[in-house]
Amino acid sequence: MSKLTLTAIAALTTLAFNAQAEKIAIIGGTVHTMTAQGAIENATVLIEDGKISKVIPQEVSTDASYRVIDATGKVVTPGFIGAYTSLGLVEVPSWAGTNDSSVEKSQLHAALDATVAVNPDTTLRNISRIEGITSAATSIGYSDTIYKGRGAIITLGDDVDPVMKKRAFMSIDLSNSGADVSGGSRAALWLDIRNALNEAIYAQSITFTPQTEWHGTVSKANVQALIPVIKGEMPLLVKVHRASDIRRVIKLTENFKRLNVTLVGASEAWRVADEIAAAGMSVILNPESNLPYTFEQNGATLANAARLNDAGVNVAIGMSTHNIRLAPQHAGNAVANGLPWQAGLASLTTAPAKIYGIDNRVGSIKAGMQADVVIWSGDPLEVMHAPTNVIINGEEVPLESRQTKLRDRYLNIDNEKPQQYTRP
Amino acid sequence: MKTLNKALLTGFSLVAATALIGCGSEDAKKAQAPFVEINKDPFPSTYKALPSVPTMITNVNIYDGLGGLLENTSVLLENGKIKAIGNNIKAPADDANVIDGKGKWITPGIIDVHSHLGVYATPDTGSHADGNEMVKPVTAAVWAEHSILVQDPGFRRALAGGVTSMQILPGSGNLIGGRGVTVKNLPNRVIQDMKFPEAPYGLKMACGENPKRVYGKKGGPMTRMGNVAGYRQAWADAQNYQRSWDKYKADYDAGKDAKAPKRDLNLDTLAGVLRGDILVHMHCYRADDMGTMMDVMKEFNYQIASFQHAVEAYKIADKLAENNICSAMWADWWGFKMEAYDGIRENIPMVANAKACAIVHSDSDQGIQRLNQEAAKALSDGQRAGINFSKAEAWTWLTANPAKSLGIFEQTGSIEIGKNADVVMWSAEPFSTYSQAEMVFIDGGVAFDRNKSETWAVSDYELGQVAEGDHK
Repeated sequence: MSKLTLTAIAALTTLAFNAQAEKIAIIGGTVHTMTAQGAIENATVLIEDGKISKVIPQEVSTDASYRVIDATGKVVTPGFIGAYTSLGLVEVPSWAGTNDSSVEKSQLHAALDATVAVNPDTTLRNISRIEGITSAATSIGYSDTIYKGRGAIITLGDDVDPVMKKRAFMSIDLSNSGADVSGGSRAALWLDIRNALNEAIYAQSITFTPQTEWHGTVSKANVQALIPVIKGEMPLLVKVHRASDIRRVIKLTENFKRLNVTLVGASEAWRVADEIAAAGMSVILNPESNLPYTFEQNGATLANAARLNDAGVNVAIGMSTHNIRLAPQHAGNAVANGLPWQAGLASLTTAPAKIYGIDNRVGSIKAGMQADVVIWSGDPLEVMHAPTNVIINGEEVPLESRQTKLRDRYLNIDNEKPQQYTRP
Repeated sequence: MKTLNKALLTGFSLVAATALIGCGSEDAKKAQAPFVEINKDPFPSTYKALPSVPTMITNVNIYDGLGGLLENTSVLLENGKIKAIGNNIKAPADDANVIDGKGKWITPGIIDVHSHLGVYATPDTGSHADGNEMVKPVTAAVWAEHSILVQDPGFRRALAGGVTSMQILPGSGNLIGGRGVTVKNLPNRVIQDMKFPEAPYGLKMACGENPKRVYGKKGGPMTRMGNVAGYRQAWADAQNYQRSWDKYKADYDAGKDAKAPKRDLNLDTLAGVLRGDILVHMHCYRADDMGTMMDVMKEFNYQIASFQHAVEAYKIADKLAENNICSAMWADWWGFKMEAYDGIRENIPMVANAKACAIVHSDSDQGIQRLNQEAAKALSDGQRAGINFSKAEAWTWLTANPAKSLGIFEQTGSIEIGKNADVVMWSAEPFSTYSQAEMVFIDGGVAFDRNKSETWAVSDYELGQVAEGDHK
């Protein structure tokens, strides 16, 4: 593609964006700001140029330049953030070709970069966003090493480039499955990771070129990728379950003091909740995981999220890809098992935003934030409620997906003609 | 297993009759060897209900599982049965347990028609992967009940979700995977203790991708057409086997010194389907696969009780209704393989709306704990698409319809006088995320009481482990 065409496309895109970036006033709803303002009944949320311009704690009338959305009787929340997904990297995981979420036999481990693999046209985008997921952390889901490489933060809006933050975090696996790909034992796994981090400490003072001599055991590309991690500039997501392994991760942060660690999975985290809180770590979990799938998860319980929250740990909920739209249900079940409702809502908004350092952009409703706002028919954590309006980057997206089109085709099937002539 | 037992009894009486005649004087018949009869129930149920006291729950709202809603009603459980329902019933004895059900809800216990608890038990180790005999495409000879680890902690978790019965099936790697078994969710020392008395057997079959993927590089089938050839050959063999046994019986009855055919455990099961004793539960996702299987069913004159997973059932709901086949479905699973790519959230209500039999199933040790929420999602998705079932009607997807498809509806699946007292009391309206099964009764006994930790079953595996007896 020539430079000229690229410029032309860029110009068109800008035009299209401006044409759609209307001014929106959401009135009458109960707005969960997720800020110190808390929940406000009958608030007005004003949206302009893709951002939230004002939150007014009462219903106000606006001039004709605003399109008004009446949210009376409804619930308004920030758009939900998929805390840990492979959105954009995979269409159909099993036996179907396109799957950038799985890496085997690559020389690149820590250096893997999900950012460059994201497909903005994935069918999962519309399917997820019409149920209130407006942005997501996306990561390689499987690799044959402990490293899943560097993940990205993406928006589920219509932007041509969906990446909100590239190389946003590093993801590693220090659980049983990590041990399995480390010669089969934690005895090797922990030496590997400590060694890699130590080499990254040495490497931070080097300016790497192809000629740079480097005798570390971790390859040049991989050790370079770890430098922002040991500096604490790039969040490190650590999959881990066993309480003793979590203690070992905490110990690791005592040696590598700047590591910014979030625990992922963490079935037994509740057993060491106070220590996690004292270490300032966040946790991303599936609150419904309550079975001993492996010996390292014998302590799994539905009360995990509630107990961690009680100890003061920042808990995010939402670990799925095709069904990240079920994260609100998962949070609801954490609430049914003791998590305060507000913490349930936070687990889908401010908690993941804080983990990825994007809480200045998304996760709450206040002036200056990216306008990701969802209006719900009722309590979003209740399974029978759903979004009635979804606004991403200031644009209201149609509540349509490939799935709604399939539904509409078969709701209106014409028995006289082959079904492929029915356009939903 | 009613018909099965009857057949068995008839068989025995025939043997007895011939034996008596044999004791007589006719020489021709004296030469006959004893009639060979196949025991159709060699692993009989030893299920025993929990001890119970008469229990009356008052002022409670009831979804009866048949589409009805009864508000502020009382229900009496006595001797393992639902004894009375209504406003003017009295507790039968002074020691009866009377529970104030104000603000709570009663439903029939949930029945999951698709579970692998026990055959893929947690911990999820290779040692526990006993669910699929993937050594050849047709393994009708294997029975899931011979694989079940009754100590799987998943049973108790399902109980806390209000599941009182379930069908445990072999996996879906094979064209014909083997027999499933229906159990009461009351694990004990051996699987016979869990077997649902008089429940018919099910046969697990599978369409599409899984058998292709498993056998494509091991001698086939490697295509869908190969799959169908495999089912048809198996049924043709079963017909042949049937004929050889019919001939043996006819010859024997005619006084000949007939020789019984060699038993074939694969064909015993398949012949059981052709006789109508064993119900076919068939894993199929795609509408076109289901269409083909309905023709195979007609060609060999058997009945498919249900299509399991049935992700595309909404595309052919009318045809499923015409053929009287249930669809067991997830509310929203989709996309994990190509044949799941067209999954939509309105599948269940669209099937029900076509007057076909709709069932919510789990196929998951997680999903089985929240089937009420799965029905709730399907109901509300349908409502938003203009399909207006009530909550009471939607509850039929969780109890009456699954009971019918498993052949146990005479015993369970609804709140009706005389039925087994398999009942759940919910803390709140059970279509809410926040509602939890507060008490679960199986045959009138308290199998789970959320407020009494002493009623929480603990599996052998969990004894002496981290968090033994904890809230799970």
